[in-house]
Amino acid sequence: MYRYDEFDHQFVQDRVSQFRTQVERHLGGQLTEEEFRPLRLMNGLYLQLHAYMLRVAIPYGTLSARQMRTLADIAETYDRGYGHFTTRQNIQYNWLRLRDVPDILQELADVEMHAIQTSGNCIRNITADPFSGVAADEVEDPRPTAELLRQWSSLHPEFSFLPRKFKIAVTGCRDDRAAIAVHDIGIRVVRNEAGEIGYEVWVGGGQGRTPMIAKKIRAFLPKKALLAYLEAMMRVYNLYGRRDNKYKARIKILVHEVGIEEYARRVEEEFAALDASAIAADAEEIVRIEAYFEPPAYDRLPARAAALENAKKNDPAFANWVSINVGAHKAPGYAIATVSLKPIGGVPGDATTDQMRLLADIAERFSLDELRVTIEQNIVLPQVRQDDLYAVWKLLAAVDLATANAGLITDIISCPGLDYCSLATARSIPVAQAISRRFADAERQRLIGPLAIKISGCINACGHHHVGHIGILGLEKGGEESYQITLGGDPTENAAIGERLGPGLTADQTVDTIERLVAVYLAKRKPGETFVAAYRRLGHDHFKEALNAAA
Amino acid sequence: MARQDALYILTANDLLEGDVVFWSGAGWARDHRAAQIARNADETTALDAIGAAEKAARRIIDPYRVEVTLGADGTPVPVRFRERLRTLGPTVRLDLGKQAALRANSLL
Repeated sequence: MYRYDEFDHQFVQDRVSQFRTQVERHLGGQLTEEEFRPLRLMNGLYLQLHAYMLRVAIPYGTLSARQMRTLADIAETYDRGYGHFTTRQNIQYNWLRLRDVPDILQELADVEMHAIQTSGNCIRNITADPFSGVAADEVEDPRPTAELLRQWSSLHPEFSFLPRKFKIAVTGCRDDRAAIAVHDIGIRVVRNEAGEIGYEVWVGGGQGRTPMIAKKIRAFLPKKALLAYLEAMMRVYNLYGRRDNKYKARIKILVHEVGIEEYARRVEEEFAALDASAIAADAEEIVRIEAYFEPPAYDRLPARAAALENAKKNDPAFANWVSINVGAHKAPGYAIATVSLKPIGGVPGDATTDQMRLLADIAERFSLDELRVTIEQNIVLPQVRQDDLYAVWKLLAAVDLATANAGLITDIISCPGLDYCSLATARSIPVAQAISRRFADAERQRLIGPLAIKISGCINACGHHHVGHIGILGLEKGGEESYQITLGGDPTENAAIGERLGPGLTADQTVDTIERLVAVYLAKRKPGETFVAAYRRLGHDHFKEALNAAA
Repeated sequence: MARQDALYILTANDLLEGDVVFWSGAGWARDHRAAQIARNADETTALDAIGAAEKAARRIIDPYRVEVTLGADGTPVPVRFRERLRTLGPTVRLDLGKQAALRANSLL
C-alpha cells in the first residue's frame, strides 16, 4: 500500500506548521494580503465565489479507508457535510473558514495527505490510471513511476517558478483512462520488441482555451533515463516557454510554435548534455518505491465466481450494474467496481460524509483497504472479490451509490461552474442535472451505450468539454448563460478535440439538442457502433440537423 | 458633483470566515440588502477607498464594486447574474449559502 517515506512525512508536517504561522502573521499584520495569497495558494487554499475552497491532493487517486474517513471527518467538522471529487483526482471543500485551515491541514498530514502542488505554476499533483495495478491489460503499474516523478518534482527549485502550471499523467495500459494526450506531459509504460519495459513520452497536450493533442516525442525511453529526460523537457520549457502572456505560457504553445521536431531537437541536445546517471534515482530507491505499490496477496480463486453468477441470475438490477460498472481484474476471481458519483439528477462528483464513510467501510471489508478517484469524478473499488460484489452492491445501494451508468450518457463530467467557481462564466451542474434527468431511463441509457458528456462552465475547461463525445461549454453572452456544443472529442488513445456544432444555446435548448443528437446517432449507427465511432464515420455535418431544429 | 448613471455597492469576502460580505456604511453586512449604495462618482470613489482600507486592515479580502439596480422595495439587486448568484448561494444547493437563512425566514 502506498505510503509516504519519512522524508515526506517530516516535510508535510513542517509545511503545516509553516502555514499555521503564516496565517497568524497575516492576521497579525506582518504579512499583507499580497504576500499571504501565494502562500495560501501553495497550500491549495483558493477564494471562490462564496467562500474559501481547499483542494486536497490525492496522489494517483489512491486512497486508503483511513484517509477516506479523514476526508469525511473534515467535511463534517469544518464544511457542510460533503466534498467534491474533481477531474484531477482531487477533492475540494467549498465552505471552509481560514481560521480552521491549519487544523484541517494537520488532520490531513496525520493521514499522509496534503494540499501541496494543487495550485500555482509548479508541477501539479500527478494523475494516473485509476485502474493502476489491477487492470487486466496493464504492462506495469504506473504508480511507482508517478511517485518517482512526484518525489523528484516536489519543491524542485528549478521547476517551482515555471511559466505556468504543469500537469503530468501516467498510464500503464493501451486503453488510456488517464487522458495522457491532453496533458503537458503524458507517459505510457510500454514494452519494446526486446521485452524491456520503458516509456512512450508525449508532450504538449492540453485543454483550456487552446486545446491541443500531445505529440509523441519518444516512442521508447529506457526506464533509467526517465528523470534526466523529463528534466531536459522541463528545462527547454522553462527556458523557451513564453512568460509575456499567461494564456500562451503552457508548454503546448511552445511545442506548437517551434514545432515538435525543433522542441525535440532542443530536448535531445539538453538531454545529451546532462549527466543522466547523476539525475537518475538510485536503484535502491526505486525498489523501495515499488515496494509501496506491491500487489496485495490475492486469494487463489476460480476465474469466475459461482456466487456472482447466481446473484446475477436472481437479481436483474444487480446484473445490470455488474455489466456496466464492473471491469476485468488481473487476478482470477477479482473485479474492479466503479462506484458512480452520478446519481440521476445529482451533482457530479459530490459525496456526502455518510457516503464517504460507507465507501471507507466497504474498502476495508471488501477491497483490501483501497479506493481510487477517477478523472471522471467517480470512485473505484479496485480489489473486490467477485463473490463479494453482491454484498458490496447492496451496501452501495443503501446510500444512493449503486447507479449503473459508468461510461453511459448520465455519467457526466461537470466542473463546479458558476454555482461555486469565481472564474466561471456559466453554470454547469444544472445542465448536467437536466441531461441526467432527461436520460434517466436505465434501458434507454443501455441502448445508447458508451457516450461521454463533459461540461465546463468557462474556457479553462476543468470539465474536459474538449474531449467529451459531446462537450458543452458554458459562456456568458449578453448577461445570459449560453452553451456551446462540441462533438467528437475523445480523451483516450484515440484522442481528439471536439468540433463545434454551431452557435450558443440556452440550457433548455442544449438538453433538447442533445436528445436530437442521440436520435441522429441511433438512426444512423451500425450494429455495435458507439456514438463517437458513428460520429467519425458519418462526419460532423450529419449531426448538424440536430442543431438546426433548435433554432 | 460628478454625474454617473450606474449604482454600485461594495462587496468582499470576510478574511477569517470567507463569507461574502457587503459594506453597509458602518461595517460589513452578510446581507446585500443592507449594503450602502453609491449614487454618484464621489460616493463611488469613497467606496473604493473603503475597500482598499478594509483590505489593508485585514478584515476582508478581494473587495470590488458591484453594479446594481434598485428592486421594488428599494434594496439593491446586482445587474450581473454572477453577482446575483453570489448574494444567494449555489442554485443547486438551496440549503446552502445566504439563501438558506432567507428561505428559513420566508424572505425568498
